[in-house]
Amino acid sequence: MKPASFDYVRAEDRKEVLDVLRREGTEARILAGGQSLMPMLAMRLARPGVLVDVMGVPEFRILSDDAAGLTIGAGVRQAALGALPDLAQRHPMLAAALPWIGHAQTRSRGTVCGSVAHADPSAEIPLLLLALGGEVRLRSHRRARSLPAGEFFTGLMNTAKAENEMIDSVFIPAAKPGVGQAFREIGRRHGDYAIVACAAVADGAVLRLAVGGVADRPMMRSLPQPGDPTLEEALDAFAWDLGARDDLHATARYRRELVRRLGRATIEEAARCRA
Amino acid sequence: MPRLSAGARHRVRFALNGRAVEAEVEPRTTLLDTLRGPLAATGTHAGCEHGVCGACTIQVDGSMARACLMLAVQVEGASIRTVEGLAPAPDRLSVLQEAFREHHGLQCGFCTPGILMTLDAYLRDHPSPDERELREVLSGHLCRCTGYAPILRAALAAAERLREDVSHA
Ligand code: FES
Ligand code: FES
Repeated sequence: MKPASFDYVRAEDRKEVLDVLRREGTEARILAGGQSLMPMLAMRLARPGVLVDVMGVPEFRILSDDAAGLTIGAGVRQAALGALPDLAQRHPMLAAALPWIGHAQTRSRGTVCGSVAHADPSAEIPLLLLALGGEVRLRSHRRARSLPAGEFFTGLMNTAKAENEMIDSVFIPAAKPGVGQAFREIGRRHGDYAIVACAAVADGAVLRLAVGGVADRPMMRSLPQPGDPTLEEALDAFAWDLGARDDLHATARYRRELVRRLGRATIEEAARCRA
Repeated sequence: MPRLSAGARHRVRFALNGRAVEAEVEPRTTLLDTLRGPLAATGTHAGCEHGVCGACTIQVDGSMARACLMLAVQVEGASIRTVEGLAPAPDRLSVLQEAFREHHGLQCGFCTPGILMTLDAYLRDHPSPDERELREVLSGHLCRCTGYAPILRAALAAAERLREDVSHA
């Protein structure tokens, strides 16, 4: 449980970070809050040549919530979301999910963008980003680009981020008035990885459900409204299509059942919250 | 800033329980190992060493942190508080520690330093927590002995005592 050796760079500005990534690509890893990367290093699942600590970079401290939406820079810790004014009114799904994101002891250090970069299929933040139509803003020494969450997550801890890129920030559009949002999760305890997590958005006639903890990445689908006789069948099909597998925490069958039941409860809650 | 190279040792300076300290560490050395090794502050316990058990929980600039999930080189210039910093005098326990003693909040004591540091930070920001909130914040710790109920009682009792102390001050 001790990391292998690496060099350490405490970056002072964004250019310094991007230069290290340009020069060292696969050998370099970004160190932000460390709450995902440090366990990977301790178990030697990651053995980078150099860590670039980005927490001292002023450009990454941006956290702004305006009419367009919420921009969260690479250096913003998860606990900072809880301190945003009116979080529950402006971003109800984020407020509902926050207690499920790690523990108080890890939210105080872990960053939002770090969890997105780690892309754990059971983690809440990637699921929320997908459900809320969020964007991942990437940057390399050459260019900046933005990807919708659905295109960013490509598989088990895999993303569309190139080796010379980093996540500069993520963007979550402001909740439109009258749109219902809901989040529910089943885990052993708050803070443990989700066995199944569901996030639903009810926007007029459109109802979307995103599910985490089952497939190799969060997945989202449009479903019929509550009360529609075809909902049951559609949820069942979604549950099967996620390809659940047995593991230490739950059987595939249990996970499918949770997708059906928790999925329905989440959808119903989102539809109720729709003004 | 200059790059700290892998093989070499580098000096880090920070405050530990209000005292300036320094240690020579490799970049890969965790804060936990630095506290327990060169700084000989063994009150902070090492359990899982990958962020799961909470035994190593300390305070960094006033907020809770897992010492096993931090590198020593990350805390250059920071202010660290550990269980050694809780007691007001060598022969006196803090209100929180005293409540743990009174309510049997520990048996083997392995989990205790981490739990104390969490509760110390939490009660400072939330002086009137209810049981549900305390359960929530304690979920970041594993205790294999007590079954948690005595810990919860100790925490509630400490919160009450601390509120009284404030109102009498
Ligand atoms: S030793 Fe740090 S959380 Fe277990
Ligand atoms: S008192 Fe033994 S682990 Fe908590």
